[in-house]
Amino acid sequence: MPWEVVIGLEVHVQLATQSKLFCACSTQFGAPPNSNVCAVCSGQPGVLPVLNEQAIVLALKLALATGGTIRRRSRFARKNYFYPDLPKGYQISQYDEPLAEHGAVEIWHEGQLRSVRLTRIHLEEDAGKNIHLATGAASLVDLNRAGVPLIEVVSEPDLRAPAEAAEYMRTLRGIVRALGICDGNLEQGSLRCDANISLRPWGQQALGTKVEIKNINSFRFVQKALEYEIERQSELLARGQAIQQETRQWSAEVGRTEAMRSKEEAHDYRYFPEPDLPPVEIDERLIESLRVALPELPLQRRQRLMEEGGLSDYDATELTRETELTDYYHLAVAAGGSPKRVANWMLTELLSRVDDARDVARAPVAPAGMAELLGLVESGKVSGKLAKDIWAKMWTSGGSALKIATDGDLFQQSDSAALEQAVRAVVEAHADRVAAYRAGKTKLMGWFVGQVMQATEGKANPKLVNTLLQQLLDG
Amino acid sequence: MKISPEQVQRVGELARLQLSSEETLALAAQLSRLVAHFEQLDELDTSAVEPTSHVLPLACPQRSDVTRPSLARALLLSPAPLHEDGYFVVPKIID
Amino acid sequence: MEILELTATALAEQVRSKQLSAVEVARAYLARIAELDPILHAYITVDADGALEAARAIDARLARGEDVGALAGVPIALKDIFVTRGLRTTCGSRILADWVPPYEGMPSARLRAAGAVVLGKANMDEFAMGSSNENSAFGACRNPWDIERVPGGSSGGSAAAVAARLCLGALGTDTGGSIRQPAALCGAVGIKPTYGRVSRYGVIAFASSLDQVGPLARTTEDAAALLEVIAGHDPLDATSLPQPVGRYREACRRGVRGLRIGVPAEYFAAGLDPEIEGAVRAAIDELVGQGAELVEISLPHTKYAIATYYLLCTAEASSNLARYDGVRFGMRAARPQDLGDLYSRTRHDGFGPEVKRRIILGTFALSAGYYDAYYAKGQRVRTLIRQDFSQAFERCDAIVVPTSPITAFKLGERLDDPLQMYLADIYTISCNLAGLPGLSLPCGFSSQGLPIGLQVLGRPLGEEQVFAVAGAYEQAHDWHRRVPEVRR
Repeated sequence: MPWEVVIGLEVHVQLATQSKLFCACSTQFGAPPNSNVCAVCSGQPGVLPVLNEQAIVLALKLALATGGTIRRRSRFARKNYFYPDLPKGYQISQYDEPLAEHGAVEIWHEGQLRSVRLTRIHLEEDAGKNIHLATGAASLVDLNRAGVPLIEVVSEPDLRAPAEAAEYMRTLRGIVRALGICDGNLEQGSLRCDANISLRPWGQQALGTKVEIKNINSFRFVQKALEYEIERQSELLARGQAIQQETRQWSAEVGRTEAMRSKEEAHDYRYFPEPDLPPVEIDERLIESLRVALPELPLQRRQRLMEEGGLSDYDATELTRETELTDYYHLAVAAGGSPKRVANWMLTELLSRVDDARDVARAPVAPAGMAELLGLVESGKVSGKLAKDIWAKMWTSGGSALKIATDGDLFQQSDSAALEQAVRAVVEAHADRVAAYRAGKTKLMGWFVGQVMQATEGKANPKLVNTLLQQLLDG
Repeated sequence: MKISPEQVQRVGELARLQLSSEETLALAAQLSRLVAHFEQLDELDTSAVEPTSHVLPLACPQRSDVTRPSLARALLLSPAPLHEDGYFVVPKIID
Repeated sequence: MEILELTATALAEQVRSKQLSAVEVARAYLARIAELDPILHAYITVDADGALEAARAIDARLARGEDVGALAGVPIALKDIFVTRGLRTTCGSRILADWVPPYEGMPSARLRAAGAVVLGKANMDEFAMGSSNENSAFGACRNPWDIERVPGGSSGGSAAAVAARLCLGALGTDTGGSIRQPAALCGAVGIKPTYGRVSRYGVIAFASSLDQVGPLARTTEDAAALLEVIAGHDPLDATSLPQPVGRYREACRRGVRGLRIGVPAEYFAAGLDPEIEGAVRAAIDELVGQGAELVEISLPHTKYAIATYYLLCTAEASSNLARYDGVRFGMRAARPQDLGDLYSRTRHDGFGPEVKRRIILGTFALSAGYYDAYYAKGQRVRTLIRQDFSQAFERCDAIVVPTSPITAFKLGERLDDPLQMYLADIYTISCNLAGLPGLSLPCGFSSQGLPIGLQVLGRPLGEEQVFAVAGAYEQAHDWHRRVPEVRR
C-alpha cells in the first residue's frame, strides 16, 4: 500500500465508583430507566456539582500506572452543546488543565513490545442514553448514565495498524481491570473509544486529513471500522479525491463507517472554566500512597509467567488477559499443579466451559481441584482422556478428582498382568489381522490398541498396552 | 468591532435560539455598540496578568463515594413536557 | 399596624414568648399583601395556605415547649429564583412559568428551619437579568415610594415588599448589584455577602462565579439576623466557604471608632446625581464624626468594571441557561417539527428580550475566535480589579461609596438602551467581580422623595466591619423608619 496509516485512540473508561461523579446517585447498570437520577444529574435549575473523591483516586491510579505527569492543580471546564442526553446543555469535563499528561501504554503486538504514548488523562461525566425507536417519530431519553464518572485516555497518533489499535485497547482494558478502576464490561459500555485515523504517503511528516470514528464499543469493531476506513480512504486517494475531515460512526449491521449528519459548524464547544468547581488540588502524599500500592500490571505478570513458569509467549499473554485467569493460574500452581500443564488445561478445558474468562473466579472447580486432577494425570493414575470425563463430573457435581476417579473406577490400568490378559484376548480373537500385521501391515498396531482400550473401557495405560502388544505380535 | 446580522444568526444557532429577522437586526445593532464599549479593555496590557475564574482561594472539596436515594421517578418525570414509560420523550433524533 | 412595625428580632422574640402567635403575624402580612400587592406587584406567587400552615406548625411547636429558632414566625418573601419544593418557582421567566420543583434549596431550607414563614415568591427580572424589574415575564413591580417608578432590580420584588411592609425580610440574589441597587432605590437594607458565604444550592444560576445570596430587611440588625441564619458552609456547594459565620448582629452595635474608612475618588465621578453625592458625603462626615478615620483610596480599574462584568456574566449565563431546552421541565414549544425546532423555538418563545440579548452576547464572547479577545480578556481584567481592592484594603477597613448613581427612574424610561441601563450598575459591579461583601442602607431622600442608598464594602469575609459601619450610621438617623405611603 502506498499509504502509511496513522491512528490515535480516545478511550473512555467508566470508573468503578459506587456513586456518580457529581452527585450521590448510584452508578449501577441495568436499573429501570430514569431511576438512578436526582435533581443534580438531571440538571434541574439551581443544582450544583460536588466532586466524588474516589473518581479522582481511580483516575490517579491509571496516571501513575502509565507513568503520567499528574498536575498538582487541575481544572474542570464546561463543554457546551445541546443534545437530549446532556441534561445541563454542557458536559463537565477537563480541557486545558487535565488531571494528568504524558505517560505511555506498552503493548505486545506481533511478537514485539511497542510503546504508545499518551497525551492526557482527564475526568468527565458521562451523558445519558438516547433510545431511537425504529418506528415512530420520537426518541426516548434515559438519564441513569448521566453523570457517571469517566476518564478519557487520549493517545498520541502512535498506532500504525487496525490490529495494533485493537491490541492497544485490549491492553488498556487489562490495565484498568488490574488496577481495579473499571469493570471492563464492554457489552455494558464500560470502555468505549473514538478512533482518529489518517493516511499519508510513506516518508511524509505532516499528518493527512483526520477522520474520527465515534463510539466504538468492542475490540473487534475497532479493528473492523479502521480496516474499512483504510480501504475507503485509500480508494478515494487513489482516485485523486480529497479526504473530508469529518466524524463517522461504525455501523455493525452493514459493516461500514457512515458520516454523521450533524453539521460540522455546530461543533464550537465554547469551553470555559467550570465556575461551580474550584481547581482540584492533588496532595503529594496521596500520590505517594497510591504509587506504593500499585498492583502488578498484565505485562509484568506476563513476563513473570514466562520467567517463573517457563510458559510460552502465547500462553503467558492469554493467561494475563484477565486478572481472574492469572489469579486462578497462580492458585493452581501453588496447589501443586505443574505450570505448563495448568496453563494448557486452563486455556482449553477451563475456558471452553465459561462464557467470559472473568467467570473463572466463580468456576465450580477451584484451582486446587484442578491441580489435584492434573496431579493424577501427571503420576499416570488417570489417563488424559479419562481426566476430561472426571473434569466434566467435577464441573457438574462438584466432587474431588480423586473421589470421582475412585467411585467410577476410572484409574488407569497399569498392572501388566491384568492388561496382558486383555491384550492376549484381543490378539487371539483376530488371528487374520495378526497374520496381516506380521506380513508387514504394521499400521494395524493402532487398531489393536484401540481394541484393547475399548475392552478396558479406556482405562488401560496406552503406553503399556503398546509395549505388551508389541511383545505379543512381534515376539 | 461591528457585529453583523449574519454573525448574530450564527451565534443564535450555536445557542439554539431562534431569532426573527427584526430581533436579529436589533441585536446586531445593540451588540455592536456593547462590543465597542467592551473593547475599551484593549487599553489594558494584560499579557502578564493571570485570569481569574474563581475569586476564592479554595481547592475543590471532595465528597466520599457514598450513594443516596435518587428522586422518586414520578417526581422527576412529572415536570417534563412529555414522558412515557419512564422515559423523557423528544422528537426523533437524527445523528 | 403594630405587628407590621416590629423588627424581625423583636417580632421573633414576641412569638417565642407567645405574646404574639405566628398565625396572627402571617394573617397581618397576608392582609397587607391582599391590599397593596395588586398595586405593587411585588409577588409573583403568594402562598397564603403554605404560610398559614407553617405559622400554625410554629405555634404548635411553641405550645409543646420546643425551640423554633431565631426567626420564629418572621414572615419572609423569597425572590422567585430560590427553588422551593412543591411551590412554583418561575425565576421571572415564561420558560419556567409552571415549574413546581422536586427539591428545596439550601437558603430557604435554613430560613424555614429557623422558624421563618415564607409568604411567597417575589417578583424579579427574568433570570435576574436587569436593574429595573421590568424584565419580569409576569409584569413589572412598582416602587412603593412612587408607583410610576421602578423598584430597581433584579431583586426588585424583594426590596419593594420589604419597603412596603409586604414582608418583614426577604432573600435576594446579587450578581452585579441585584440586592443592593433595589435596596437603595426602595429604601431598604440589603447585603451581598462575600462570595461563597451563603450556599447557592437551590438558587437558579445566572452567572455562577458572581451570584451570591443575601437578605433584604428594614434595619441593619434584621439583615444581620437573617444573614446569621442563611450563612455558613454547605457541602452541597463546592464554592461554599468553610469559615465559621461571624457575629453580625453584635457587630451592628460595635461602632466605628478607630475604623479606617476608604473613599475612592473613582466613585464620585461624572454621572453621579449631585443629591446622591451630597447624601453620601454627609454620611461619610457622620462616620468621621463618630470616630472613623477617613482614608482617600484609589480603585483605578473601576471604569473597566462594566465591560468586564458584562463579558463574564453573559458568558456564564449562556451556559447556565442551556438547560432550558423543553425536555425535562418547563415550557416546550407546541408541535415541534424536529429536535432542532424543539430547542430553538422553545427558547425563542420562552425567553424575554433581555435574556436573549445576554445569551447571544455570552455565546459570542465564548465562541471560537473570540474567546481570547473577550472572555479571557475579561477574566484578566477581573484580576486587576481584585488587585485594586486588595491594595486598597491594606490601607482601610471598609469602603464607603454610593450604591447607585441615580435614584429610582420611571418605568419604561431606559428600556430601549441596554448600554445606558448597564452603565448604571457601575458602583455595585466591582464588588461582585472581587467577591467582596457589600451592603446598601438608606442615607436620605431626594428632593422628589426618593430613597438614596449608601454602600459599604468590606474585605473578603469582612461582613462584621461592614455591619459595624452600617449600624453606626443607622443608629444616628431615622431614614429607615420612614414608611412609604403607597398611592395609586
